[in-house]
Amino acid sequence: MTAAPKHAPKMAELSLADRLGPWMPVLLVPLLVVLGALAIPETSSWLTLTVSGLAMGMMIFIMASGLTLVFGLMDVINFGHGAFVSIGAFVGVSILLLLGQMTAAPSLGLNLIAVLLAVLGAMAATGAVGWAFEKVIVMPVYGHHLKQILVTMGGLIVVEQLIIVLWGPEEIYIARPEALKGAITFAGAALEKYRLVAVAVGLVVFIAMRFVLRRTKIGLIVRAGVQNGEMVQALGYRLRRVFVGVFIAGSALAGLGGVMWGLYQEVITAQMGNQAMILIFIVVIIGGLGSVEGCFIGALLVGLLQNYVAFLEPKAALISNIALMVAILMWRPMGMIPVVKAK
Amino acid sequence: MLRSILSGDLPRSTVLALLLAVILVGLALAPFLFPGVRTVDTAARICVFILLVASYDLLLGYGGVVSFAHTMFFGIGAYGVALALSHMGRGFGAIFVGAGAGALVAAVLALLIGLFSLRVRAIFFAMITLAVASAVAVLVSQLSGLTGGEDGLTFKLPRELGPAFKFGKEAFDGKLFGVTLNGKLLAYYFVFAGALVLFLLLLRVVNSPFGRVLLAIRENDFRAEAIGYRVVYYRVAATCLSAAVAALAGSLYAVWLRYVGPETTLSMELMIDILLMVVIGGMGTMYGAVIGATLFVLAQNYLQTLMGAASGLFEGVPILPDLLSPDRWLLWLGVLFILSVYFFPTGIVGRLRGGK
Repeated sequence: MTAAPKHAPKMAELSLADRLGPWMPVLLVPLLVVLGALAIPETSSWLTLTVSGLAMGMMIFIMASGLTLVFGLMDVINFGHGAFVSIGAFVGVSILLLLGQMTAAPSLGLNLIAVLLAVLGAMAATGAVGWAFEKVIVMPVYGHHLKQILVTMGGLIVVEQLIIVLWGPEEIYIARPEALKGAITFAGAALEKYRLVAVAVGLVVFIAMRFVLRRTKIGLIVRAGVQNGEMVQALGYRLRRVFVGVFIAGSALAGLGGVMWGLYQEVITAQMGNQAMILIFIVVIIGGLGSVEGCFIGALLVGLLQNYVAFLEPKAALISNIALMVAILMWRPMGMIPVVKAK
Repeated sequence: MLRSILSGDLPRSTVLALLLAVILVGLALAPFLFPGVRTVDTAARICVFILLVASYDLLLGYGGVVSFAHTMFFGIGAYGVALALSHMGRGFGAIFVGAGAGALVAAVLALLIGLFSLRVRAIFFAMITLAVASAVAVLVSQLSGLTGGEDGLTFKLPRELGPAFKFGKEAFDGKLFGVTLNGKLLAYYFVFAGALVLFLLLLRVVNSPFGRVLLAIRENDFRAEAIGYRVVYYRVAATCLSAAVAALAGSLYAVWLRYVGPETTLSMELMIDILLMVVIGGMGTMYGAVIGATLFVLAQNYLQTLMGAASGLFEGVPILPDLLSPDRWLLWLGVLFILSVYFFPTGIVGRLRGGK
């Protein structure tokens, strides 16, 4: 009898590149900020641009997060997601215009109540429309990507036209509430108050979303559903109902994003959702379809890059996002944080 | 003879064959059957859109890939001719150089987009084309030095294609069946012949072994890959071909309009029109493009008047006049579009052929 071979496993130290690999997407954001600091000579304008880039990124994230989750969970690609952005903006802005006295008053409390009412109204409206959209438009075409793209695109057109019927074809101008106007000066840089609020709201939404997804039972079901829906159903959960819930929540978030985007631009049009869709798609693709974290990082990258490039070379700003997408897809074809599907 | 011209893909339905014959004869003799500026203009638009929609159908109906950049390729072709004619002077050489360059640029761009997105998933293609197309549309309206910006470009065609050029003075006294023989007539037949030849070429492509592989990929890409066809290569090739033909359609359109602008060649509305024409006519058959484009362009020209009348009828009722106003034409098209994707996925041609 020969002796068993000696069991002496060797643990090779992971190389730095291997250990950094999973963190690379997260590190990209600070890297971009540092690159921006190197490229932009004045610190004050760099700070202003960084804040507005972050604010823009946060708003895109809020609008895009629903889309990416809906895709991850049910493999449904919703080209009509932009419709919820438009609806949210129109409902929210209408409420703000109704509460004109509250928004014009120089009192922070009244202003916040008005904005809160507008946001709640917008989210309720978009949630309801999202529910109807899912029932009428998306449900009959489950599992058929080609038809999903066509039908949801049709839905987007119909909603856009209905907005024009209800609110008229002209763009609507909206002033920000008194307390959110103006800027504060920090280290010589003028930082618009509204952008700081947008960053804060975005962070809160992201943290809340992560908390729900990582720490609650429903989050567990959603995450499991993204990875292997059939198995979750086999375990007795009605994934369809969860999916409808996620669709409604995603639509409501898009509505919130729409209000914030409308107040950011201070003008809303029926086509704004369609335009936002372009940024949303870029973000969702580079983040990795189905991944909330990837979507967050992607949104920040897009927001920051767009602001830096627009400052350095205004004409190139248009192509900068496309260039970013191309670069990231060359590096990771499935997006920065690809979702692992157990199929 | 007919069989080989149609590449063996006969209409396979009497009604469809009749309809196609009526459309062909109608377009071929349009200047004589329906003399009038507006009707001939409509006929030329139908020719261009049949070709454009057919090239889109190669991608959507045969390749199973949704693109939102088809108007971009269309626009590249149109701007190619416009730039060539305004910089090289009025001549047929400039038209062909512009059209060739436009088709080449479109194919290369399609190759790049296709390689980036189609190697991962087909749905990436839809999203990326949407992003790229909108960026290009904004770029075109901003680079006003080159493209004329929002105003677009007007340019001069070769003299032979203009209304001032008269011919056949001695033989027919300058008129044939009461229609003045001038360059505008020649321009129409230039567009008609170009569209017809390219359409037959597309029909040849989809009935070739290449077209069969595309169909196989559309039905089950996994199995097609397993049999040994590189799905990515076939899809990218279809994308390039479709982009090049779309660019040529754009060139024909530019020749007919003697003008290019972002509104007429690059707008998102045009893209939606194309989608509607493909779906209503029938995806996955070239004849669907003929029927869809003809119906749609006719409806666009003549139905909007009807909607205006209907809107006037409901004057005083709260929302109805707004819903029915001709400007809300897209609303009803959107509804029609959704309904036809649900209930007639094979479109008019599929119905006529008695398909599922």
